[in-house]
Amino acid sequence: MHNVFKSTLVSAVVAATFAVGSAQAEDQTLTIVSWGGAYTISQQKAYDEPFLADHAGVKIINEDKSGEGLAGIRAQAAAGSISWDIVDMLPSDAQVACDEGLLEEIDPETWLAAAADGTPASEDFIEGTLGECFVPSILYSTLFAFNKEAFPDGGPQTIADIWDTKKFPGKRALQKSAGKNLEWALIADGVAVDKVYELLATEAGQDQAFASLDKIKDSVIWWDAGAQPPQMLADGEVTIASAYNGRIFAAQVEENQPFEIMWTNQMFEADGWAVPAGLSEEKLKLVKEYIKFSTDTQRLADQAKYISYGPARNSSSPLVGKHEATGVDMKPHMPTSPENLKTAVKFNDVFWTEYGDTLKERFNAWLTQ
Amino acid sequence: MALAKHAGIEQRIWHYAFLIICTLIFLFLIFPILVIIPLAFNAEPYFTFTEKMLTLNPDGYSLRWFHDLLGDADWRRSIGNSFFIAICSATIATGLGTIAALGLHRKEMPAKGLIMALLISPMIVPLIISAAALFSFYARVQLTNTFFGVILSHVVLGIPFVIITVTASLSGFDQSLIRASQSMGANQTRTFFKIIMPLLLPGVISGALFAFITSLDEVVLVNFLASAEQRTMPVKMFSGLRENISPTILALAVILVAISVALLLVLEGIRRRNEKLRGMSPS
Amino acid sequence: MTTASNTQSTLVTKEGKSLKEAITQANKAARNRALLLVMPLLIFLILTFVMPIIYMLIQAASNEEIPNYLPNTVEAIASWDESQSANGLPDEAVYAAMHKDLVAGRENRTIGKAAGVINRSVPGTRGQLIKSAKKAKKMEPPFKEALIADNPKWAELPFWRFIQRESGAFTINYFLKAVDRAYDKEGNIVQAKESNRVYLKIFLRTIIMSILITGMCVLLAYPVAYLLSISSVKKANLLMILVLLPFWTSLLVRTSAWMVLLGQQGVINETLIAIGLIDDSSRLSLIYNATGTFIAMVHILLPFMILPLYSVMKTINPSYLRAATSMGSHPFRAWWKVYFPLTLPGMAAGVILVFILAIGYYITPALLGGAEGIFISNLIADNMKGTTANFKIAMALASILLIGVLLLYWVFNKLVGVDRLKFG
Repeated sequence: MHNVFKSTLVSAVVAATFAVGSAQAEDQTLTIVSWGGAYTISQQKAYDEPFLADHAGVKIINEDKSGEGLAGIRAQAAAGSISWDIVDMLPSDAQVACDEGLLEEIDPETWLAAAADGTPASEDFIEGTLGECFVPSILYSTLFAFNKEAFPDGGPQTIADIWDTKKFPGKRALQKSAGKNLEWALIADGVAVDKVYELLATEAGQDQAFASLDKIKDSVIWWDAGAQPPQMLADGEVTIASAYNGRIFAAQVEENQPFEIMWTNQMFEADGWAVPAGLSEEKLKLVKEYIKFSTDTQRLADQAKYISYGPARNSSSPLVGKHEATGVDMKPHMPTSPENLKTAVKFNDVFWTEYGDTLKERFNAWLTQ
Repeated sequence: MALAKHAGIEQRIWHYAFLIICTLIFLFLIFPILVIIPLAFNAEPYFTFTEKMLTLNPDGYSLRWFHDLLGDADWRRSIGNSFFIAICSATIATGLGTIAALGLHRKEMPAKGLIMALLISPMIVPLIISAAALFSFYARVQLTNTFFGVILSHVVLGIPFVIITVTASLSGFDQSLIRASQSMGANQTRTFFKIIMPLLLPGVISGALFAFITSLDEVVLVNFLASAEQRTMPVKMFSGLRENISPTILALAVILVAISVALLLVLEGIRRRNEKLRGMSPS
Repeated sequence: MTTASNTQSTLVTKEGKSLKEAITQANKAARNRALLLVMPLLIFLILTFVMPIIYMLIQAASNEEIPNYLPNTVEAIASWDESQSANGLPDEAVYAAMHKDLVAGRENRTIGKAAGVINRSVPGTRGQLIKSAKKAKKMEPPFKEALIADNPKWAELPFWRFIQRESGAFTINYFLKAVDRAYDKEGNIVQAKESNRVYLKIFLRTIIMSILITGMCVLLAYPVAYLLSISSVKKANLLMILVLLPFWTSLLVRTSAWMVLLGQQGVINETLIAIGLIDDSSRLSLIYNATGTFIAMVHILLPFMILPLYSVMKTINPSYLRAATSMGSHPFRAWWKVYFPLTLPGMAAGVILVFILAIGYYITPALLGGAEGIFISNLIADNMKGTTANFKIAMALASILLIGVLLLYWVFNKLVGVDRLKFG
């Protein structure tokens, strides 16, 4: 205990010196903002550790603030003091920030590494995922998972089942966001997958989606951080949860939780890096090195060893191997595996940049009703 | 609080009902704090009492969450940050606050009520409003994401406590003591150190402790004003509670309860000593 | 301050000044010394706290994006009068100015900022501005035709009305949103669409919850404070620790304790199942709703009610009550007529204090409240970060809440006096 106290004291003193000394060391420190939990760990293992091995003197600080990434970048730009160097973001948020001039434009030819066979980066990334100011690193899925112990006779198989609280009793954990929930609400109401966005653009379709959500509202607990749904499932707080597939996978194989994933109508989208505009010359150079390194073919394939998200490069897919800790073959757990893609819904981020403001506002109002 | 011997049945019933109600309320106050203590020593990663714990089987208990907490560099750093910020801000708040309280206490002080209300206001203004205001303003002057900015904001929060406790200890203060001291030939400095200081000290110490614990427990302002580098233990605890509440947080909670008990005892000691001192004074 | 009373005055000091003057001077010096002591803190607080608050109030009403990023349009549209032209649309000069702004906005990459602000009030215009800005450089005059050809939305009146209305340096737009008001297509202020109303409801809910919490605190604090006041000093000191320990314990610790107790698998549910009061399938929902917020906040705020009540009850002489009963009054009647009114000052202090603290709570509702147990503070926080963030609305909401709290604080100061605040 004595030692612990001492080290705490030491870190207090260190913190004090940092307050003074941080100005000089700043340009060798990368502040990387990401989603926290298992996801940040997978990035640390696949990107940071090999990168740091090659770059003595560089220090990486992780902030788990991607959930408020857009707001944070806006606030820092307004204040004129940028404290984030690289931000893990969703493509729709990155596009909004890009249009507002808050992000560096990313030219794939100069910023990104080509594939091993010489395919340029602009052609190697999965089509439509690169943005003006955005490099994708993974494709992740939001889907439903349930606790097998709650349903000894078999769990839900369709989105309609998820909405059926009689047949499948218990609370549901849903993400506190309009996106995805409104799409699923329409699917649960019998709308065909390829008609969802068309309908959601109309007022009648929006009314229908909210009416459908109304049906399960009383059984819903809302989550806002990716680590929450597996926790809620494990604690028995809910029986069914929408969650990121990687988090559920981690709970299944690393903690032996009795969870099962329902791949039906999973919603997938890209996620990746953006760089706030206004970094110092020297810092930008380091950031570019990091981005180039962390999005190369090998790094993206490596990440799949730690978390079950699909690499955003075509050339990485064949390199996806086994789960590092347990030896589980990762390919069937990827959102991009053919089996899992059968009924998948591609999350439409163009739709959400256009209609997001209105739908989110209405969703927030609906939540409190 | 003994019942009179001749009390009637009705009165007896009332009396015992009253005692039972009070006991229940005291339980309500204290039980939640006590219940987390054994859970922090849970050998399993659960938030409930396991069978082994209930049967008092020693295997059901362990120190693993304390090891987890103190073995984690990130937690250690945030604990260090918390203490650093709390000590700095409590010191500044106590210094500025005590001097101001001495001025406020003087009867010649103009606009006393207004100034007092202003100095207490950081305690009354909801934290989220202070956070919105401080965040936008501090960002403009480049104070966000710095230790200095966080400390400044915590000085603001600590000031009301120092003002309240120090003026309280001054209010019982007999002005004639100063005149007596000066008439006996002591100069101002000597009077201050020999007469005013000893009487002031209890108020100053409890004010400092309040300011310290307020800073140590503060999460809203730090959450908005600080970056990862200044992250404090309550901020880490808050995000832990939102995301995955593991018994590691309960281990920290137990340590924090121990700190509050210690501070409470110090305060109680000061209060008693103070009462004795005042009891002895000729007035 | 020098007076004309010299001539009448007969009392003169050694230095030859009139006594009155000397006293005035001495008083002035004493006043300055007192002020000098307070000044450092006052200046500190003004710089670090008061100025930020004032800055926020100004920011909530200030309007930067449209005047800054569409300067030419703002200038040109000032003279637009809808009734002057056939279809009401602005003339070519306004469109040309807009075109100029679009080209510049594309170059400086600021067009998204203006688009974001406009899109919030006139939905669907983000794409209109950003996409047209991309093509603007290649457009040929007349720009009115060119823009409308690019996107028919350029011929919609609400968009132009919005720009004309919001071209000043200040706007009440965010305050309107904060009270669920909006402009309709004609530019009149009306209630927001039913499905989009949120803030007034939460303001109301915050007030109702705070009243309930305060009421519960009074009910629980009264007997405890009474017991403390009639116990012997030694016993009271001991019992006081039971009140002060929660008071001193970290807010987060107490909130996490309630998470442990109230969860579906929490201590309370498990205990009720173990003793057979409820069965496994009908666990109580005590957390992530208003119930959880209510229970935990009563626990957290209870000491703030007990302490002022106790300090008043302590000073009431129990013989009053005895006198009343001995004169034949029924004990309850005696208590109600004699004792209760004497405790009212303490109760008023406690009630206002607890209510003020409750109305601004954030942490506990955020952790225990789920979607229905949230307070207005949580919506302020949501608007400061999160994907739907709109900092200006956060500031407007905060300004409204601040005014409410300051009014209550003023009442508290009038009734009780801040100098009467004490701890422990």
